[in-house]
Amino acid sequence: MTHIHIDKFFEEELRELKEAILKMGSLVEDMIDRSMRSLMDRNGAIAEEVIRRDYDVDQQEMDIDELCAQLLALRQPAASDLRFIIVGLKITKDLERMGDLAVNVSEESLELLKEPMLKPFVKLPMMGEKTRAMIKEALDAFVARDAERAEAVLRQDDDVDELNGRIRAELIEVMKQDAANISRGMHRITVARHYERMADHATNIAEEVIYMVKGRDIRHGRGS
Amino acid sequence: MTTKIEINRVSAWFGKHRAIKNISLNVPEKTVTAIIGPSGCGKSTLIRCINRMHETIPGTRTEGEILVDGTNVLKQDPVGLRRRVGMIFQKPNAFPTMSIYENVVAGLRLNGVRDRAKLEEVAVQSLRKAALWEEVKDQLHKSGTGLSGGQQQRLCIARALAVNPEVLLMDEPCSALDPISTARIEDLIHELRSTYTVVVVTHNMQQAARVSDQTAFMYLGELIECGETKRIFTNPQEKRTEDYITGRFG
Repeated sequence: MTHIHIDKFFEEELRELKEAILKMGSLVEDMIDRSMRSLMDRNGAIAEEVIRRDYDVDQQEMDIDELCAQLLALRQPAASDLRFIIVGLKITKDLERMGDLAVNVSEESLELLKEPMLKPFVKLPMMGEKTRAMIKEALDAFVARDAERAEAVLRQDDDVDELNGRIRAELIEVMKQDAANISRGMHRITVARHYERMADHATNIAEEVIYMVKGRDIRHGRGS
Repeated sequence: MTTKIEINRVSAWFGKHRAIKNISLNVPEKTVTAIIGPSGCGKSTLIRCINRMHETIPGTRTEGEILVDGTNVLKQDPVGLRRRVGMIFQKPNAFPTMSIYENVVAGLRLNGVRDRAKLEEVAVQSLRKAALWEEVKDQLHKSGTGLSGGQQQRLCIARALAVNPEVLLMDEPCSALDPISTARIEDLIHELRSTYTVVVVTHNMQQAARVSDQTAFMYLGELIECGETKRIFTNPQEKRTEDYITGRFG
């Protein structure tokens, strides 16, 4: 999209949409970051803040949906503009779900605070960090309209899945040792699963960016 | 899919000005092909070459070949050709001194058909095919120009269908019509596709997207890109097509 629209208001509206998606993206990234911190630092206040912020994410999702509907109805976009708006709608949905998952992590974090720490965190912070990096990369690829960067995000999902599997196996062993570990073990397994789901949403965003840039739908093995 | 019209390396001139340049394009049978592009890009000239209307203007000439069913139209009798290749123009041009009925059968009469029963049968069939019958069946002997713009355009389509053409060329058929009349004509184009091969020139890109199976984009007399309509409007391959359909400039 090197050229600009003859209709400068349309150009402005597309820019507004892009900025709104980025603003929502950075809010969700921050929520994920904080959800991890609340867990590591055993800080309930941070967890509660994440839960409160979900309202803003939901509002932003609705605002973006409305803007997209308006653009589709009034501008009847085609080609790259059409793909950008379609992808905008989808990315927003993924971001909203990631926000919900950050809330779910924070809720687990509050539950874990009720009991002493089960064991030091080792792999979970790695998983959280990897997930956050995937989201950042996917959003950067969206901004830069860079399909190669988006493809790199897809390749990272396997690492997150693997970490999830290892965390789960380790925690099952810990739970087997003592029934008193079960509740905390289950909460931690749930947290890992939430990060794994977030990484899946980052993968969705990356696939959507590839569609936006190349007009090729690679989901579900298509286009491979 | 059988090719109905094959345009091979066609160029057309107005005096020294070369309006279309070396265009090659295939039009499949019983499909709708839309030709889009900015004003002056040569899209009307291209379709006017297909039924040899272009050369009716003094100082014009055409090069290359245009095959309809494998025969080069540039070497055929233009009158016979225009029976097979009908044309609808931007502005409805119902014959002002004729009734609705007479307008429809005018082409048949010119071709020497005198049998009244035959003329009436064709008039009814053509008006039905043009989706106008229900609106005019009780006023067939009223003036054609007394109809609304949209009805007059469908009357022109009925008149073109009456001589039983195989191809219909439409040059901006809805540009003088309101949205409801436009929707009727677009609906009609959909219906006509099952029987005729349609080539429609339009400035309205949404219309091209709605009515056509394939879309050709022309710019400065050249064919830039031609492909399946849904691909052209979602993922064109050429930068100039992308810029045009998204309303951008360089």
